[in-house]
Amino acid sequence: MLHCVITCGVSMSYEIVAAQAGLSSKATKNHWPAWLDILQGSTGLFLALFMWGHMAFVASILLGETAMWTVTRLFEGYFIFGRSYPGLVSCAVAFVALAFVAHALLAVRKFPVSYRQCRTILSHAKAMRHEDSALWIVQVCTGFLLFFFVSAHLYQMFVWPQNIGPYASADRVWSDGLWPFYLTMLLAVELHGGIGLYRLAVKWGWPNVPRAVLKTVKWGLTAFFLVLGLATLAAYMKIGFDHRAHYGERYTPERMLEDGARREGGQ
Amino acid sequence: MSAITENNGSAAAVDAEPRQGRWLTFNILRCDPADPGAVPHLRAYRIEEADSMTLFIALNEIREHQDPTLKFDFVCRAGICGSCAMMVNGRPKLACRTLTASLPAENTLAPLPFFELIGDLSVNTGKWMRGMSERLQTWLHGREDDVDLRRIEERMDPDLAEQIYELDRCIECGCCVAACGTARMREDFVGAVGFGKIARFRLDPRDARTDGDYYALIGDDTGVFGCMSLLACHDVCPKSLPLQTQIAFLRRKMAMTGTRR
Repeated sequence: MLHCVITCGVSMSYEIVAAQAGLSSKATKNHWPAWLDILQGSTGLFLALFMWGHMAFVASILLGETAMWTVTRLFEGYFIFGRSYPGLVSCAVAFVALAFVAHALLAVRKFPVSYRQCRTILSHAKAMRHEDSALWIVQVCTGFLLFFFVSAHLYQMFVWPQNIGPYASADRVWSDGLWPFYLTMLLAVELHGGIGLYRLAVKWGWPNVPRAVLKTVKWGLTAFFLVLGLATLAAYMKIGFDHRAHYGERYTPERMLEDGARREGGQ
Repeated sequence: MSAITENNGSAAAVDAEPRQGRWLTFNILRCDPADPGAVPHLRAYRIEEADSMTLFIALNEIREHQDPTLKFDFVCRAGICGSCAMMVNGRPKLACRTLTASLPAENTLAPLPFFELIGDLSVNTGKWMRGMSERLQTWLHGREDDVDLRRIEERMDPDLAEQIYELDRCIECGCCVAACGTARMREDFVGAVGFGKIARFRLDPRDARTDGDYYALIGDDTGVFGCMSLLACHDVCPKSLPLQTQIAFLRRKMAMTGTRR
């Protein structure tokens, strides 16, 4: 290989040579920083809105097992194709995972990475007693936690999409002992997403309303989704506890059970 | 080994009414970089508060009557020169614009971080500001090479002149940079003062530069895309400059410029 390089010569673009030498290319405009900033913000926006939508769907359990079963089947295409295709959920999970990885990769550029940077930003935020600086540290800490929690959750949902349902999810929460996992993820996600959306608004200057108003709305939404999330988790825990003797059994709405019994009776 | 003793500034409730006869304590971070043997330490000074006393007056009292070696900067005493910026209880402020009546009885004073320390509360903001100015070319880039000084200047819309003047009110005190978490972590970050300058020249119709030229100056992570919008710059600016809206505006413009072919 080395022999080949020596005998054939190597042709490299000016951009590569300049970048290796630590020089910026003034000759051509570097589009990357602008695109990366837009991508970081847009993936964050998508994930935060998805998170709220996800919370609304998951919280359907508060309306009853049948409501949650209906939402699950809706995403599995049951009401379109006449049968469930959990693979559709895997596809959606793969798309969300792609956005998540892109967002994590782009956001980690802003993290304090050395001991000196960590010490500086922590002492700075403590001495300044400045809310937005402190909120950023919360964002970094929750973001770091989410690297692990969301990755594990997405993997689980991607590989076993059929295990989403009133009983299946409740069994996972209670009998599989994952409620501390979901509780931690809920707190981290709601704080991270809420602060992230607020920061996105002040970063791009839209909506153009006073920061105090934005902050009030942000805390209001965070409180609402936290209460909703905690109530939802409690509901799954209760269902999982009650269902522990029948671990593994899947939920079927009563009307479908009756239809099935009628069909069997007719035969 | 550092000989600094811990002494956090009290964040006690602040009474806006001047309290004549109140005794104030200032724990001042003393440090002389010119003396290799000097150990940084906090030294406490106590003075009696006077009516309408500013921090600047208090520091002069201390230097005149208690410690002539205390170093701090001032020129105008009116919030115009930007020389007397320092960390007051952890936040950057101008000493001449800070009434002691707005401070608790016990206070901690430190030099602005980020800038080269001259000694005690004195820092060389000018050196950094000059570097920033040269890097961002914060001067008018005229449309013509040959300026005819005999010709009458072109008229400018008063509203536009007002907008330019609003941004020109920056006194380069360094408070925004000292308060910026991004700048504290990444020393090559332009800082709000630099963005303010770019926003000012971008508004000026006499400047020949385009958004593409400005993108070359601030269109990366050391520039506007590195700003994490912690907005301490906006919150501590002693001149109340609209830094939040200006940085957001520049970000939108630079994003549009950068994504254009």
